[in-house]
Formats: sequence, structure tokens, C-alpha cells
Amino acid sequence: MAVESGPKSKGSALRADCEMPMATRGLRVLAKSSTPLLRRTLSNSISETRPCARILDAECSGAAALPARGSCGVPARSYGSATNRTADTELSKNWSKTPPAARRLSGEPEKAFSDDEDHEILDYPGAKTNFTHEMTFIPETAAEPVPCFRLLNDFGQPLPWAKLPQMDAELATKIYRNMVNLQTMDAIFYEAQRQGRFSFYLTTHGEEAINIASAAALSPQDVVFTQYREPGILMWRGFTMQDFADQCFGNAADLGKGRQMPVHYGSRELNCPTLSSPIATQLPQAVGAAYGLKMSRKDACSVAYFGDGASSEGDFHAALNFAAILETPTIFICRNNGWAISTPTNDQFRSDGIVVKGRGYGIRSIRVDGMDTLALYCAVKEARKIAIEESRPVLIEALSYRVGHHSTSDDSSKYRKKAEIEHWKLVRDPVNRFKKWIEAQGWWDAKSEKAIRSEARSSVIAAMNKAGQKQKPELSNLFTDVYDSLPSNLREQELQLRDVIAKYPRGYPTDVPL
Amino acid sequence: MLGAIRRRVGGPQSLLNTVLKCKSGLEPTAAAWTSGGRRNASEPQILSTCFRPDFAPPAASSPPRSGTMTVRDALNSAIDEEMAADSKVFIIGEEVGEYQGAYKVTKGLLQKFGPDRVLDTPITEAGFTGIGVGSAFYGLKPIVEFMTFNFAMQAIDHIINSAAKTHYMSGGKIEVPIVFRGPNGAAAGVAAQHSQCFAAWYGACPGLKVLAPYNAEDARGLLKAAIRDPDPVVFLENELMYGETFTVSDEVLDPSFTLPIGKAKVERQGTDLTMTAFSKMVGTCLKAAEELAKEGISVEVINLRSIRPLDRATINASVRKTSRLLTVEEGWPQHGVGAEICASVVEQSFEYLDAPIERICGADVPMPYAANLERLAVPQLEDIIRAAKRVCYRSTQQRAAA
Repeated sequence: MAVESGPKSKGSALRADCEMPMATRGLRVLAKSSTPLLRRTLSNSISETRPCARILDAECSGAAALPARGSCGVPARSYGSATNRTADTELSKNWSKTPPAARRLSGEPEKAFSDDEDHEILDYPGAKTNFTHEMTFIPETAAEPVPCFRLLNDFGQPLPWAKLPQMDAELATKIYRNMVNLQTMDAIFYEAQRQGRFSFYLTTHGEEAINIASAAALSPQDVVFTQYREPGILMWRGFTMQDFADQCFGNAADLGKGRQMPVHYGSRELNCPTLSSPIATQLPQAVGAAYGLKMSRKDACSVAYFGDGASSEGDFHAALNFAAILETPTIFICRNNGWAISTPTNDQFRSDGIVVKGRGYGIRSIRVDGMDTLALYCAVKEARKIAIEESRPVLIEALSYRVGHHSTSDDSSKYRKKAEIEHWKLVRDPVNRFKKWIEAQGWWDAKSEKAIRSEARSSVIAAMNKAGQKQKPELSNLFTDVYDSLPSNLREQELQLRDVIAKYPRGYPTDVPL
Repeated sequence: MLGAIRRRVGGPQSLLNTVLKCKSGLEPTAAAWTSGGRRNASEPQILSTCFRPDFAPPAASSPPRSGTMTVRDALNSAIDEEMAADSKVFIIGEEVGEYQGAYKVTKGLLQKFGPDRVLDTPITEAGFTGIGVGSAFYGLKPIVEFMTFNFAMQAIDHIINSAAKTHYMSGGKIEVPIVFRGPNGAAAGVAAQHSQCFAAWYGACPGLKVLAPYNAEDARGLLKAAIRDPDPVVFLENELMYGETFTVSDEVLDPSFTLPIGKAKVERQGTDLTMTAFSKMVGTCLKAAEELAKEGISVEVINLRSIRPLDRATINASVRKTSRLLTVEEGWPQHGVGAEICASVVEQSFEYLDAPIERICGADVPMPYAANLERLAVPQLEDIIRAAKRVCYRSTQQRAAA
């Protein structure tokens, strides 16, 4: 057979070669090749019904042959910016009917060579995509980080290009009032824990906007699974100061019957399942609930809040992956506040935050300024629309700063500078920022501010005092609700316990009613 | 017909009561407990087909008719009927749909109920267990299948923290009507990461119910009860039992058939020794009982059926009758099911014991692969027979070291 030597020419000779029947092309390459690996690879390909771009490449373009021992003569290049290849599904469906020259995917990247055959489609079950002769590593981060959506600047002024949402005075002032209530409750309850009134507390300082603005954008029938730094959702939906205080004190009025430690709120009526401490477990739970909502065709979605640290958990991966596959109406809202206790984000992940991970699962995502009330409100509202109308998950990364310590068990000045904390607390306060905007609208003034601050303070203190005086839950609550109905062994144990208490009354605490 | 039914030990019984009691095995009345209940060779035994292992108790009005069923078919039919009866029930797990189930337990269900109710999942036990729990919070009734319970360890946080504890932590506001099922314990030649028995671990957790069926009747009745139960249930099957065939009565085949959770069954009546077992070991104990009967030892075999709640009443009543106890399980000895049974009997029936209690367990090693080693690591018929003789003081052999 004819053996050609030297680099192949391009142009018409190339085309003529490439339209040759597969077998002949293959044989020609076989003759040229000397490595067993290549021969084996090629002999396999010869039996293929579709031409393989690699073989054409090796023969026609004159580029280095297929790597025989793992090294490749073609230098690796990375593109300056991520190229956008979209698979042409119509084409891939009709692939076999389309002549070779026309087999091309749209959105072609910059090419080193003008080979049409570079862009033939190969459809593996794992991916249907363009083929390339260039060995290109996708860079670990994009050239530019994902931009952050915001509408108001740090001083509460609308940015020049901002398209503000429809918001009337009533809604805006309700949002603001709730943010103030939340901020006040956190400050006072934190101090109360320090004074020993109850065992534990954590605050939402710096994330009041994330709490209230997102809650305002949702509907009451949306099922919300929180991590622990989102009591504002409950507050927006009608959980009173007294309800919060009762739970922290674990008294008889606590909806949780004194079973949960402080800040582990929950309310069935308000569609917020009881908080679960282990990090990120609420994420797959939210997907499961969304599946139920989808099956019952409710006009509602499920929402899962979590922090930047939670994105390291396996449950995060499983939940997002699953939500995408099951196509559940779930909104994942990540509060990227920079810290997971003492772990900064650089030690948590090396990606560009959490927003880029959405694409890894096939989930539409957005990055929002988490201290911008209006931007958050818009983003969550739109995410809800997408989630329900298109029945798909959405990921929102809300950037913010955790002004407070992780919890009352933490002293964050040990791992970050006090000056930094003070800056975010005073200069970048989201509550203040929104206040400036509503003042600029003429919906708020100093008088209202004074009134609401004192009202918030007095209602929190009153609720706390009242909660401290209420009775603790009675003894039977130790045994009930382990199962749907009280099992015999627990009934026996309760009777035994009551016997012992009757026999030794002085050993029993005076503030726990029998 | 029922045959001669005479008075039970310890208390007066009407014929009807006895027939009803047949369904759940021996139930000691208060009288039995307080009247001493010592083993007495002259006291009447119940003669009926009720307590033979292969027959379900006959209905009061009509004689039993037999059909046969494998454990696999029993499970499949139970899931099928419950899914048909309640549209909230759905099944989720790896390979449950298109593949018809890793062990074919969910065969035909995808075709019958569609992909909305039979969900094939990606490989993420933590993921689909969390999703199952979340959907149960919402109000659905998931059946979560694990390919084996060994893999459920990757989801154990959701089983315990999210499922078992939530009803309690939420003050009774959130129910978790979920069933976790799959093969548990030793199979054949699958080695350490596929052979662990989890009965003791799950059995320790308040908030969970833990069931371990033995035969087809157990499989059907207990699984149906589990699916209908509002609490989270861990349902421990056994791979080697899936293909075993058992006779089942019409009552068992009826769609409304369930077995009560928390009640053990006395598979074989006896007077000299009580053996407790669950799952596959029940079969081995029954064979051992046959062998021991030839040597004059009358063994009472209790099929626990329920690990949590443990039917301490039945076990203790039996020990008070026989005065000797041998617990049998495939799982590891330390903190095992047998350890809990020993504790219960020592607490409640100490004076009735004529001999120390013995536990037969799997060897305290990760399961080896080689067939000869595997055989040594799992209780065999001979081990049980030897132990029975030791407990009956019929043997001078040394006990195996702990």
C-alpha cells in the first residue's frame, strides 16, 4: 500500500483523505505507526461505524501522534477565559444522518488549527460534547470571580444601574422593624446567657438582612429548614418574642416541651421544622420535603439555609446533586459570612465561594450581597419563581460577615482582629444601611427609630422576664413523644420514678412540676 | 382442627383466649409470674398446630390452608400491597427501580407504580436517607432501602439524629413515619464490610423500632406493620433468607395481615431450655432443637421478631418455665442483643435460673472471607448444640473463652 511520509498537507488533499472509507484510512495509519498501543487502538477503531477524530488528527493534521508512552508533543494550554460550549442536542440526535463536514457543535473556542474534524461530536454516555485535539485543563478558578448582585451601596443609596423592586412603605417598614427586633433580641438574649439565665445562645449580627429580607420574599406555605442562624424567618412569620424566650428558657410554654437546647426553634404552624444541630443535615431533608411538595403539586417550595462551613459536609453534595436529579423546587440559601467558628473560608474551600459549586451539580446559582436588603429580597423572590414554575433547585450565595462570635461558647477575638469586627459592626451594618434607604424614601425618621428601638428593647426584656418566671415542663414530658404512643417500658419507668420521688421528696428539684 | 387445647400453665384460659393467644405466641399472664411458674413435668402442654414453626395460627372458624412463599416474595407483596393501599408510601434507594432491586425485593414495583413512587437514586446513602427523612417530615411515608445495612453507616446520622430523635425533640410536632430496610448480618463470602449485624446498635436507640423477621410470615406481617407505623422503623432482613420458602396460611396472605411490633413468637415449645434467636439463627436453633430432642433435651425456641421493643415478658416467662437460657445471635458479643437479654433475665427472673446464661455470638473479629474462616466466625449448628448441653449441665467440655 502507499505509505505517505512527512507532515500531512491541509486543504483539499486533507478533505479528500478524510472522506476516504474508514478502513483505508485506518490501514494507512497502521502502516505508519510502529507502537503496539497505537496499532491496538486503531484496530479497535476500525470496527467503529463512526470515524474517530483522533485517528484523523494523527494522520491528517500532522500534529504529534497519539501519546505512546503518556507524553504528548502538544503543549498544554489553558484558555484565558472559560469557553462556552453548548452541546447541540438536535445535532447529536441526528448525528449519524449528518454528513461529516456538517458535524459541528456551536460555540467553538479559539482554535489552533482550522480543522473541522476537531469539532466532531463523540457521544459517550457520560458526556456528549465537542472533541478537541488540544489538551486543555480547565483552570481551577475562572479569571474573574463571580460578580455579586447588589442594588444599594454601603450607604443605602441605590446604585446607578439598580433596578429596584416594587416595595411600598408598609412592606419596607415591616422588614426594617423585624430587623431591629431581631438585632435587639439577639443583643439582649446574648447578654442574658452571659448572666446565666440560660445555657446557650447565638446571634445573627451582620446577617439580619439575610434573615428578614429572604423571609419577606417567601410565602408562608414554603417549608423552611434552617441551620441555626436564621430565627428571623420565624420572626417574620409570627413567632413572638415570648415564643423565642420560652424556648430559650425551656419552660412549660415552649413548643418543644423543654427538649431542645436554646435557639433550636421550630414551629409546625409556621412551616419551620424543628432545628437540627448537625451541620448540613437539613439540606437533604429540604430536598425530601420539596419532593413531597412537588408530588402534591403545591404552590410552594422548600428552602434550606446553611453557612459557608456547611458546604464542606457530604450532605451538601448529596442534597444538591439529588435536588438537581429529582428536579425539586428547593432554594438553597448559603450565608457565606466568612467564618465557620474559627475556620476562615480559605481553609474551608478553595473554590470561588459556594456559588460556583451550583454549576457542578447543574443548578442555577446567583451570588448576592447578603447585607443588601433589597438585592436579597429580589433574588429570593426570583429564585422562588424559578423553583416553583420550572420545578428546579436554585442556589443563592449571600455574602456577609459574621459580626458576632460563633456563639456564647466562642470568643472570636482570639482568631480575628477586634478592629475588623468593629468595622463590620459599625460601618457595614445591614440594618443601618436599609434604614438609610427607607429614610431617603421618606418612610422613616428619627422619631420612629427611637420609638421602635425602645419598644423592641422593652418587649424583649418583658418576654424574657416572663419566660424566666414560667413553670418548667412537667415530669411526664421526659417520657412522652419518644414514640407515637408511650411504650410499656417507659410507662413503668415513669411509675418507678414517681415512686422514688414520693419516697424522697427532698431529692427532687422544686421547680419541676410533677 | 385445633386439637386438644388444655389449660395453660399458671392461669385459667378459655378456649377462645387460647386461640387468640396462639397468634402472638405465649403470653405470660400476671398469674403466671406471681404463682411461681416452676417447671413441672406434670403440667399440661398446649397441643395444637399453633406453635409449629411452619404453620401460622389457624383462624378460629376455619382450618388452615397452606400456600408457600419465599421471604423475598413475602417482602415484595407486603410493599406492593401497602403502596397500593396508601399513595403516600414510596420506595427510595439504589437499584430499586430499573434493576428491580439489588436482591429483587422490589421487583415489578417500578412497572406497577411508576418512577414517582419508586425512586432510583445516585450513590449517596446520606443523601437519600436525608431526603427520605425530609419527605417524612412533610407527610410522605418513605421506605428507604439500603443495599446492605453496612452501607447505612454512611447514613446513620440521618437515621439516628434526624429520624429517631425528631419526634421527641420537636415536642411531638413532627412525625417520622419512615422504614429503613435492607439485608443485615452475615451473608456468604462477602467479608468484613458486608457482613456486620447492626441489631444491637440500632436496638440501643430510643425513638427507633427495630424488627428482624425470620420467615415469610414474619416478613409480610412485620413489614406491613412497619410501613403503617408512625415511628421510624429499622427493618433488618437477611440476604440468605430471601430465597427460603415457607408455608403460609390464607390469613398471612390477606392484605390486611400484620403482626404486632414488640411481640416475640415461641416457635417451638419446650421445657428444659429456652433459646432466643432472631432472623436466620431462628432456623438454626430449630434444627438444634430437633437434634437435642433426640438426646432428651426439650428446647423452647423464641423468635424475637422485635429487637426494639424487646419482648422481655415472653422471654422471662419462658425462662421462668425452663430455668435455663441460651441466647443466639450472629452479631458481635460485646454489647450485643444477647447481653441485653441476659441483663433483662438477671433483673427480672434471677431466682428462676438453674444455670448461668450463655450467649452464642459471632466471633469478635471483622468477618473474614475465606470460607473456612467464615464458618468459624459465625455460629454453627454444632456450636449451639454444644452450648445447649453445657447450659443443661450435660457436658463437661470447657466453655470457649470470652
